[in-house]
Amino acid sequence: MAEQEYLMFLGCAIPYRVSAYEISARKVLKKLGVKIVEMPEFNCCGLPLDPISHETMLILAARNLAMAEQKGLDIVALCPGCAGTLKKVNKMLKEDKALREEINKHLREAGLEFKGTVNAKHIIQVLIEDVGLEKIKNAVVNPLTKVKVAEHNGCHILRPKEYIGFDDPEDPKTLKTLIEATGATCLDYLDETQCCGAPSVGVNDKIALALARDKLRHIKKVDAQALITICLLSHHV
Amino acid sequence: MVEATQKSIKASEINPKFKYEISKMHGGEKLMRCFQCGTCTSDCPIAEFSDTYRPRQIIRMAQLGLKDRVLKSDTLWLCAACFTCTDRCPQGVEVASVIRVLRNLAAEQGNVPQVFKDQAASILADGYAYRIPELRVKKRETLGLPPLPKGNAESIRKSLRDVGIMRYLEKKGE
Repeated sequence: MAEQEYLMFLGCAIPYRVSAYEISARKVLKKLGVKIVEMPEFNCCGLPLDPISHETMLILAARNLAMAEQKGLDIVALCPGCAGTLKKVNKMLKEDKALREEINKHLREAGLEFKGTVNAKHIIQVLIEDVGLEKIKNAVVNPLTKVKVAEHNGCHILRPKEYIGFDDPEDPKTLKTLIEATGATCLDYLDETQCCGAPSVGVNDKIALALARDKLRHIKKVDAQALITICLLSHHV
Repeated sequence: MVEATQKSIKASEINPKFKYEISKMHGGEKLMRCFQCGTCTSDCPIAEFSDTYRPRQIIRMAQLGLKDRVLKSDTLWLCAACFTCTDRCPQGVEVASVIRVLRNLAAEQGNVPQVFKDQAASILADGYAYRIPELRVKKRETLGLPPLPKGNAESIRKSLRDVGIMRYLEKKGE
């Protein structure tokens, strides 16, 4: 297999509060022979501002894609929100010429241009599609055979499926498959793909916490020892 | 749960052109396909815990042209953007995106909740949606992590200069 090289897109939430995820992601990628290059410059993927301005979100995402194009590398994002946003915007701008022109007008103000020459993926997509399950299984040193966990993907890595086109949003398997590759058991629980409530923090905390409580109850019911999540917002809640 | 009761609708409140306005915007194109089956509301995790948030109701208000009522509604800001409604709508309406279009219109009128102003201010200042504490940045070194890529504030501002919403966000957090 040719050497894989990706541009690392950390996002905002990881450097803000979840260093452990970044440390392990970098170690795992290194061990599996995936080369990581840092983003030359960074700005938020745009997702947090989509509710108030779709145009702002498109511009912020397109800026990152344009910078990746200059480097000539595909993006690997650790945060599903970033991955979803970059994938969605990449697809939109690649397919809709008029929209691309509109967004490029803004990018040119800053000397950038979106051409549509790179892809963006989440780390679990890179692991399953580009590294491959066999290689991962072979790299396991201490199988976690006695560990029983539950998983939570996070919404934006799966939905809306028309734009994301990865895994099955109603019955996602990738994260489970990867967890089981380590020897651990991944348990099923009620409403696995349901939102954790994090996006409502700050707008209505009561509802946000009710959603999180519900999810944790369902997980507790199946006697999981831990919850594995790849979503930073969910992790926080 | 009982659907939130609404005041009776006056003919003068209805703006028949509103649905066309939404249909022209990204994500709002399929608004008129909605036949009010209620899949969105019944599958919505927020509606499960809220007495007032009902995506179906918001879509209907938009179709009817109750522009002021829907744009001033607080419930508009409760959507968590999980996109379950969008994926499950049998008519292919991008429900969450229609709601986002409505929020964008509300924001254009100056109705921007504080949480978004804070995040926008932070992004305009250094590229990150949260202010990363100096301590965290320093700690990266001891953890063996590479330095954080920098945000180019000047370049970000240049590319966002002509965006309408900026007039509500400029000068904040400086």
